[in-house]
Amino acid sequence: MPKHRLTAFFLSFFAAVLLVAPAYAAMLNLHNGGDPASLDPHKISGDWENRIVGDIFEGLTTEDVGANPIAGQAESWTISDDGTVYTFKLRDNANWSDGQPVTAGDFVFAFQRIMDPATAASYAYLQYPIKNAEAINSGKITDFGELGVKALDDKTLEITLEQPTPFFLGALTHYTAYPIPKHVVEAKGDDWIKMENIVVNGPYKPVEWIPGAHVTTAKNDQYYDFASLKIDGVKFFVLEDQSAALKRYRAGEFDILTAFPKDQYQWLEENHPGEARVVPFAGLYYYVFNHRKPPFDDARVRKALSMAINREVIGPQILGTGELPAYSWVPPGMANSGESSEVDWAEMPYPEKVEMAKTLIAEAGYGKDNPLKVTLRYNTSDNHKRVAVAVAAMWKALGVEAKLYNSELKVHYAEIRKGEFDVARAGWLADYNDPVNFLDLLKGSTSNNYGAYSSPEFDKVMDQASLETDLESRAKLLTQAEEIAMDDNAAAPIYFYLSENVVSPKIKGFEDNAFDIHRTRWLTKEE
Amino acid sequence: MLGFALRRLLSTIPVLWIALTLCFFILRLAPGGPFDEERQLPERILANLRAHYNLDKPLLVQYWDYLTGVLMGDLGPSYITDDFTVVDLISIGLPYTFILGGCAFALAILVGIFAGVIGALNQNTSSDYGIALVVMIGLIVPNFLLAPILQLVFGVSLGWLPVGGWGEGKLSHLVLPVIILALPHVARISRLMRGSMIEVLGANYIRTARAKGIGARLMITRHAIKPALLPVVSYLGPAAGYLLTGSLVVESIFGLPGIGQYFINAALNRDYGMVLGTVIFYMVLIILLNLVVDLVYALLDPKVRAR
Repeated sequence: MPKHRLTAFFLSFFAAVLLVAPAYAAMLNLHNGGDPASLDPHKISGDWENRIVGDIFEGLTTEDVGANPIAGQAESWTISDDGTVYTFKLRDNANWSDGQPVTAGDFVFAFQRIMDPATAASYAYLQYPIKNAEAINSGKITDFGELGVKALDDKTLEITLEQPTPFFLGALTHYTAYPIPKHVVEAKGDDWIKMENIVVNGPYKPVEWIPGAHVTTAKNDQYYDFASLKIDGVKFFVLEDQSAALKRYRAGEFDILTAFPKDQYQWLEENHPGEARVVPFAGLYYYVFNHRKPPFDDARVRKALSMAINREVIGPQILGTGELPAYSWVPPGMANSGESSEVDWAEMPYPEKVEMAKTLIAEAGYGKDNPLKVTLRYNTSDNHKRVAVAVAAMWKALGVEAKLYNSELKVHYAEIRKGEFDVARAGWLADYNDPVNFLDLLKGSTSNNYGAYSSPEFDKVMDQASLETDLESRAKLLTQAEEIAMDDNAAAPIYFYLSENVVSPKIKGFEDNAFDIHRTRWLTKEE
Repeated sequence: MLGFALRRLLSTIPVLWIALTLCFFILRLAPGGPFDEERQLPERILANLRAHYNLDKPLLVQYWDYLTGVLMGDLGPSYITDDFTVVDLISIGLPYTFILGGCAFALAILVGIFAGVIGALNQNTSSDYGIALVVMIGLIVPNFLLAPILQLVFGVSLGWLPVGGWGEGKLSHLVLPVIILALPHVARISRLMRGSMIEVLGANYIRTARAKGIGARLMITRHAIKPALLPVVSYLGPAAGYLLTGSLVVESIFGLPGIGQYFINAALNRDYGMVLGTVIFYMVLIILLNLVVDLVYALLDPKVRAR
């Protein structure tokens, strides 16, 4: 009977799978969200990809348990007095997983490759502080030898920058700065990344990838700090459904969740106290005013609209996870930043804010007979909708009539870049640990300055800061720039994002940090 | 028989071609492309990406290139999952889709036919109604509701079964997804089987067999089941097609790899190559399944064979 043959086939298949299944002592089961696009550090752009690729590759510097830059493949470095030439000494025992030494040439090769326009690396701009990087990436310079990355010998690398960049050691921890095994890429071409060819230099190496299910890694015995790795390997599970992920966590199938449904936060707090790690994350949620268009070019109108947003209720009540109200532009805890410069009305009691906002609106010429009409745009999402509905209600107290308008993410950003809006929702997550990453959003010429805020004063201070080598003076200048923008109410910051992990009590060494980076080499798992 | 099968296969080629062509152009009409992101890519990099995937050529040239590629068995690269080609992805997902769909298919047939026969033999009794009630629940309650409930009960509360994942292919991991996938088909098959069985039991030749004093068991197994299966068999083609292509919800709730999930992700990400690849795969699969059903039909029904 064919049915019997079929059964026999399935049984033997299961038996075969069971036999070859590797047995790991301390496997970390991590809910990672989406499938990675690639394991090639030059072809990725998401945090779920960073979790995997950052475990299997390592740059000149790497992240410690709190995501601060520490020595990685480089054991030491010197920085020239003008802050533009970095000389790195690579570790003698830094090896690729096939036993070949990691050389300065591998770094030169990688930096040239990511800047090569033909690689089409979407995140290449993060390394634009390097001399000639931008010119090569945009095709203005075709000789890759002009790039400011040189191998002085096999274990010494010199990087020259366009101008002093205080966050550069942090930027080197990013996957855009990882080395690539030149000897493998040259031998295998684009296939170097296939599971049977891939060679890595991080604490772990990939052993299996089933798209739609998981990526599995195992300890890399060639890694210089191999002896102190406590976790034997990681299974990065693909699962977009957050409710299903939470159930699997409750059943003990996952050790760490990297997201959970917001409406389950209360339940988690009551039933698994302390396991949901909701902490401030270096990201800003804000509303952009369209400065191209009256009346939003009127500072009084912007100030009134911004003041009337009751930020204290949005995190705890509208969203339910307690996002921190934002009265400044740069998220708290960023490196190289001075005092935070909040708007001067931040501490005012809310009813007073509303009164003042009403006066401002009236001064701008709007009232009962002539109400201000605003279209509030946001990209389709439950959370954005909740915030928009709440804000529209708050504005109503000023006599402002707000109309809500939502569209798909891709359409939303294309339209607001074109200036097709009054007020629009936007958000920004930090790429690197420096206030400039956020302040650049308000600079005259950048494509992410959706509202076309243009202040010669702000731009001038930002330019001064970019040339300043003294960190303290630079921080002061950046604070000054932030003050200018906040006094202008260039845009309305609403809240700072939170990272939302759930960590099993079995996992130790998981330290909350503002970048939400938790490399496996610092973790342990108790059975 | 062979000639019949060949003729059927040849006649599907124009269907395949038309469907593929329509799909190719409709996809390009959808707003947004594979490289539109929240953060704008520099123009130069976008141009390079387009060139890399042949998207910078005129649409008709792209279409021609794609079509000739398909004829050579090359479905091109996936635009989003950079490390795999479309053929790679389909061949990785295929075994999982087949095991999941195959198990659900076998379960649906066995349980469905059994429940249908029992229902027909005990027509309008409490056991008939009982069976009808249970299978109808499986048909009516949508799988995206039933799956989380079963996960909560059997996975989280009782801890008998894993909540999700492939788990190196262990049988325990398959139980919940296979049941969820099979349930609606159990219901349909059992209703079809019950109806046609009742009809057959009323036929003249059954009455003759009974009159001759044949035992009930022999009468059912030898004379009644085979003709009563015909409507069920004609349903099996679409059912198999559905089980192999419609496992999307089950795959995404249980976190299983498989082609259903790849298909939806590809469509959402505007991964043109992967969408077309899975469409071709599904079309070929459904055409083959229908052909198999026709052949089985011929085996079961002498009238079809004679034609």
